[in-house]
Parts: sequence; C-alpha cells; structure tokens
Amino acid sequence: MATATDIEVVDLAVTPLRELNQRLHDAASGGPRSWRIVNPNGAHAIAVGIDAELDVVIDGHTGYYAAGMNKHATVTIEGNAGVGVGENIMSGRIHVKGNASQACAATGRGGLVVVDGNASSRCGISMKGVEIVVKGDIGHMSGFMAQSGTLVVCGDAGDALGDSIYETHIYVRGSVQGLGADCIEKELKEFHRAELGRLLEAAGADAKVDDFRRYGSARQLYTFNIDNAGAY
Amino acid sequence: MCGIVGLFAKTPEVEANLGALLAPMLHEMSDRGPDSAGVAFYRNPVASGHTKLTLQHDDPAYDWDGLRKALKEAHGADKHVERRGNHAVVVAHADAVRAEAWIEEHHPDVKIMSAGEAIEIYKEVGRPEAFIEAFDIKGLDGTHALGHTRMATESKVTTAGSHPFSTGLDLCLVHNGSLSNHNGLRRMLRREGVRFQTENDTEVAAGYMMWRQREGDTLQQVVDHCIEDLDGFYTFLIGTRDGFAVVRDPIACKPAVLAETDEWVAMSSEYRSIATLPGAEKAVAWEPAPATLYMWEKERV
Repeated sequence: MATATDIEVVDLAVTPLRELNQRLHDAASGGPRSWRIVNPNGAHAIAVGIDAELDVVIDGHTGYYAAGMNKHATVTIEGNAGVGVGENIMSGRIHVKGNASQACAATGRGGLVVVDGNASSRCGISMKGVEIVVKGDIGHMSGFMAQSGTLVVCGDAGDALGDSIYETHIYVRGSVQGLGADCIEKELKEFHRAELGRLLEAAGADAKVDDFRRYGSARQLYTFNIDNAGAY
Repeated sequence: MCGIVGLFAKTPEVEANLGALLAPMLHEMSDRGPDSAGVAFYRNPVASGHTKLTLQHDDPAYDWDGLRKALKEAHGADKHVERRGNHAVVVAHADAVRAEAWIEEHHPDVKIMSAGEAIEIYKEVGRPEAFIEAFDIKGLDGTHALGHTRMATESKVTTAGSHPFSTGLDLCLVHNGSLSNHNGLRRMLRREGVRFQTENDTEVAAGYMMWRQREGDTLQQVVDHCIEDLDGFYTFLIGTRDGFAVVRDPIACKPAVLAETDEWVAMSSEYRSIATLPGAEKAVAWEPAPATLYMWEKERV
C-alpha cells in the first residue's frame, strides 16, 4: 500500500500515456502525491488535466501541451518543453528547466509558469490571468491579445510584443525588437515594482526590479471611441 | 500536418549508419504524415561529368538493366544498377541535360526523381514504416539525408505528389505547411519554362527555387525571394550537394526543432524524432527563428 510520502515512478517507455494521465486524474480522490515520469521522449499531452495538489517531475523533454489545463499541481519538466506547455493552466505551478517552444502558457487563466531557458514565439498568447516568468528570451508575437496576468522576461523580447494587448502587465529586462499594435512602454509604478519583485522571487530569478521596463496597452484599440464610429 | 526530418553527419560513424539513424526519426513522424513518405540521401558522389539519376517506374519488375544497357550504348553508363523498391539508381557518363533528355525521349514512362552527383531521392505512397522496409532505408549510408512524412492537404496522394521534390541538380526540398498562391505562381513559372508534373503546392515552391537559381540567385537570395513571393505557411528543409538548410516563414506556425552534438546536426518537426538519436539527451536543441536561414555544409575533400 503506497503511503503519501512514496514517489510513484511511471516509465513512459512501458506505460501507455492514457494510463498515466488517467492515474494522475484519479489522484484527485487519493493515492500518491509525488510522481516521477521517466522516458517522456517528447511525447505529447503528458500530465494534462491534473486536478489535485500533486508534485510531478517529468524526467526529460516533453512534446505538445505538457501539463495543459493544470489545476493545483506542481509540474517540473527537467528538459525542453514542446508547443503549448501549460496551455490553459488554471492554477498551480509549471517549471520548465530547459527551453519552451511556441505558445507557452497560451490562454492560461491562473497559476505560475517558469521557464529557465528561452521561450519561443507567441509566449503567453491570449493569456487570461496566468503569471509567466521566462529567465531567457522570448520569441516574436509574444503576449498577442494578452488579456490579464503578468509576463516577465529577464532576457530579450522578439518582434511584435503585446500586439492587440488588453490588460496584461509585461516586464522585460533586455531589448524589445518591436512592439505590436497598441502596446506601449509604461511607467513602472510602486504597485508594479512589488508585483515584479514578488514574481522574480517566486521564480528564483536572479534579476533586479530596477533593470526592467514595463509594457502594456495604450487602450486605443480595444476600447470603443465615439470619434471612430464612422469607421465601424 | 506533415513531418520533416534531416540528419547531417559530422563523423564517419554517423555517415556509415545514416540510414539506420534516419529511419527511426522518420518512423516517429508517422502520426504527422501517414499518407506517403520519402527521403533524399547524399552518398557515393560520381565522377565529374557523370550524372547519377534516381528513376522510378510503377512496374516493380521493370527492366532497369535493359534501360542501363541502352543508356550505355548511347552515352556510356556504370555497370551497376542499384534497385530500391520501384526506384533504381543509374549513373550516366554524360552531363545531366543530356542524360535526362535521353531518358525522356527513350523511356517516357520512367519518372526522374533526382539528378546530380550525390543525390538519391526515394518516395512512395503508404505508411512510413512500410516505405522504410520496402526501400531498405536502414541500409543506406551517406553524408546527409532528408525525410518527409506526408498528410496531404493541397493535392492528391500520389508518388509524384510525395516529398522530397527535386529542385535542380543535387538539390531538393521537403515542406511542412501549405501555400495559398501556388496556382498563380505555377502559371507564372510555366511562362518561364519551368515544368510541373502535379497540382501540388510544394512542387511549385521547388519550381520557384529552381527558377531563382537559374536566374543566378545564391541560396540566401533564393530564400529571400521565397519569403517575399510565397504566400502561406512553411518550414522548408532544403538539401544541397554538401549539406542542408532550414527556413521558416515569417509567422513560423509550422514547427521546427534543431539539435546539434559533436557527431551530428538534426532537424525535425518535433523533438521526439531527435530523441531517437544516440547522444540526443546531451544535444543543444533550439527552435529556428522565423524568416532566418540556417545552413550546415560539409567541406569538400
């Protein structure tokens, strides 16, 4: 009989992915709290849809949508993550020790996603409340139509950052190749300094708040302006 | 969808086992492209002035030796014919223009898959694992190789519509994505004298690249023109005599992963193909940036 302190090891070289995910879902009603998944070898949809306070370590690289829709769990990927890691995350924490592919934490509604390396294009696309900290660089079109939540980038940002942004807070320490439509640089106020400091600490990022610039919405695109009525 | 793989050898050991290493990468991409599969291998370069031709005929019992003997009488040819599935490699002792013209005139039912000094292209409809077996891909060596698994969206599932597409001597193209202005481009290229066998969008990209090279473009210039004129989504893997190049469209929706060790450079649509390679766990892996050319070439000895 497994106790709460045991680590449940699942080898994806022998266990079918659906069986693993089913067992992680079933853990919502009891069973092991700590899991280690070995031989992920870039398989898609690993540890998707967890709804329990589990601690899951994936020992290698993951394919598409790893830890998607996560609720409550802490998922650590000891390698690179494929497209859409943490897609639609609701809560909990996802930590990618390597690089993340396109659309990291896309549409995420809550929780924290930390990437130790770089995240490629469309990081935080359509994010709706998730907090994202990338310790390296992010690719082009990141924060596209980002609605709320916070995106912190310790390195550089690619082209068209925050295109058509709503109310997400974006902080970048390095250079920004280009801002997207309706995204502007904004003042780093006391509230933002506190928010940024909290996230850097939570992510274990070695960076100073003062080195960051803040970007956000000019609010010209998504708010109705009566002067433009003729154009509609 | 579609899956792309590429492997560039940096050591003699990887060269000797190139097919055995590429086959599992291709197999891993089966879910991305179950319709057809194909590869281009660069190996056994022929003497200067000779032309290596990869030929295909729908009849699996086709008399390739008869073709070779007739070619030998006309232009001279190597003794050996290497058969793989319904393809065969023959070496003509003539330049490519004359060798290809001879095939077209005397054996119009034979399709020319590739021509050059080192390139061999094999492709067929059906599941990738069946293709790997039928063409004994694991038994091939070479300096570098490209592969493709196809999920057809723009044209019929046929051998001619499979990838790689030859884009000129020792050049080929594999593509993940779809082009939306291929009909207009095909009309334009036909006026420029480029010939097409199918209604396939990638064949148009291949013909476009062929045309730009004919106009004197370098590979970088070809790619710059592609970014300007091709409308659609693409990750291209381009095979050259001495290596391969990777380029993605400016939006870069179609996936691509590159990885490098001291032994090899690998490209794939997804990491799981690269994971099949020895030493993958310690490889440097990254995603190529949009609208940027990445290239690896071997120095000629």
